[in-house]
Amino acid sequence: MIEIHELTKRYGPTTAVSDLTFTVRPGTVTGFLGPNGAGKSTTMRMILGLDEPTSGSVTVNGRPPRAHAAPLHEVGGMLDPRAVHPSRSAYHHLLALAQTTGLRRSRVEEVIDAAGLHDVAGRPAGTFSLGMAQRLGIAAALLGDPATVVLDEPVNGLDVEGIRWMRGLLGELAAQGKTVFVSSHLMSEIAQTATHLIVIGKGRLIADTSVAEFIASAAPASVRVRSSDQAALAVMLRSPDVTVTAAAGDGALLVSGLPAERIGAIAAEAGIAVAELSTLETSLEDAFVDLTRDAVEYRAVTAKEEK
Amino acid sequence: MSTLRVTQARVTRSEWTKLRTQPGALWSLLSAVILIVAFGILYSLLRAARPPHGAAVASFDPVSVSLAGVQLAQIAAGVLGVLLITSEYASGLIRTTLAAVPRRLPTLWGKAAVLAASVVAVSGPAAFAVFLAGQSILGRQHLSVSLGDPGVVRAVIGSALYLAVAGLLGLALGTLLRSTAGGISALFGLLFAIPIVVGFLPGGLADEIGKYLPGAAGLAVTSVHPDPATSLAPWTGFGVFCAYAAVLLGLAAVRMRRGDA
Repeated sequence: MIEIHELTKRYGPTTAVSDLTFTVRPGTVTGFLGPNGAGKSTTMRMILGLDEPTSGSVTVNGRPPRAHAAPLHEVGGMLDPRAVHPSRSAYHHLLALAQTTGLRRSRVEEVIDAAGLHDVAGRPAGTFSLGMAQRLGIAAALLGDPATVVLDEPVNGLDVEGIRWMRGLLGELAAQGKTVFVSSHLMSEIAQTATHLIVIGKGRLIADTSVAEFIASAAPASVRVRSSDQAALAVMLRSPDVTVTAAAGDGALLVSGLPAERIGAIAAEAGIAVAELSTLETSLEDAFVDLTRDAVEYRAVTAKEEK
Repeated sequence: MSTLRVTQARVTRSEWTKLRTQPGALWSLLSAVILIVAFGILYSLLRAARPPHGAAVASFDPVSVSLAGVQLAQIAAGVLGVLLITSEYASGLIRTTLAAVPRRLPTLWGKAAVLAASVVAVSGPAAFAVFLAGQSILGRQHLSVSLGDPGVVRAVIGSALYLAVAGLLGLALGTLLRSTAGGISALFGLLFAIPIVVGFLPGGLADEIGKYLPGAAGLAVTSVHPDPATSLAPWTGFGVFCAYAAVLLGLAAVRMRRGDA
């Protein structure tokens, strides 16, 4: 369980995280979503006791992260899979970590096998591919059999097989009753892995919801219509709950707020011939971009916006 | 199996595992040994080939000659100290380390302990070996002393202790600056640049201040008969050197304990 209460973090004049409050519960995979620079990594560093909050509080399993007697057994984290000494072997990297807390050597071998690193454990960690480095990072995070697991972009850089492995593993950890908190900047990745969702942008909380609800609310389908009398149809469809806009190019109408069947029925009643009627699914990525549009730190400025 | 918790002993053991599996650290220790032995033998050969005459015989210090490599080896020991901490900041490994040890200071003390112990363990035998080799070279010119002479064992053991504390200075500076280049530069500044600057002060003042500078103060313990005009008494000097290291390690501890990792 991770409880975050009115958490704020400033670095000099920059506010990385602002007044964040949410709870990450055990037994499910919770996705932590936000554009690059939204404050995800900063929040995770505070959860791991690495950065001090400017104000507000973080507790992990009921206590401040730096108050645990055996932190590896409480919260396992992976922030940066490349954060290893390049010429130390994967085995010795994990062994040194295990020794701080009195974990057995056999536990080191267990996580090496669980992460699929058995054949490369003796190699210098600096020679690992990104996918292997991710697996080593996961092995380190699971070393102390922690109740809470915090992973920053764990799927980043994995191949298809690695992604499948990671999803299976995260689901398994949640099924064991662990708290699993996983960040990503890609909605599609999270949608297939997590069941709960925390969305932040510019360091502020945007949504704290289930993935299913988020998809339903953030992705209103719009309908594309071409008919014999576009102007008349537009007037008939428009209402406070329905927006009608003209699509660029061929003059089709884009209607949101009404299902396609309803639009077809209205046109038929008015005797307008419909040439095209199709529902456009808003992709998850679009929904996410819409939601965080105002909260994106860095965005390409288009020529129009520059004027 | 005992309960899972972080203890100083366990963190120290972890730091030992890290040191022995970090090739850069092992190279630093090896180069310290090579510098102590090779330079000591070379300098002994040189002085044996050109023995002192007349008044110079009285001030000739065969122990210092055979231990001349210690002054070079302090670079290796100091760089090792810097690297033990800055390599973790450079790679980001420090975050994994400190997430496991959130009280943080056990990590610093663990590094200090394995650093001091490993430097003494390799440079002590090296100093004894080069002392014996150097004396046998100088003995051909009847310039040698033996281990039984007053102050000799102290100077040889003192050389290993001096190198250990030089390593701790490096560790402290590396922790304060969190940068390999910065840490090594600061170490060179402290041990070599400041004495040069002080050397420009008018005569008596340069000697008076100079003997309290870290390098000169610490090296007093490696000399059998330190000159009272330019050097503190052996253990007094070493105490001053340790005080520098203690103050810098204290500042390093404050820096590490507070704020962001």
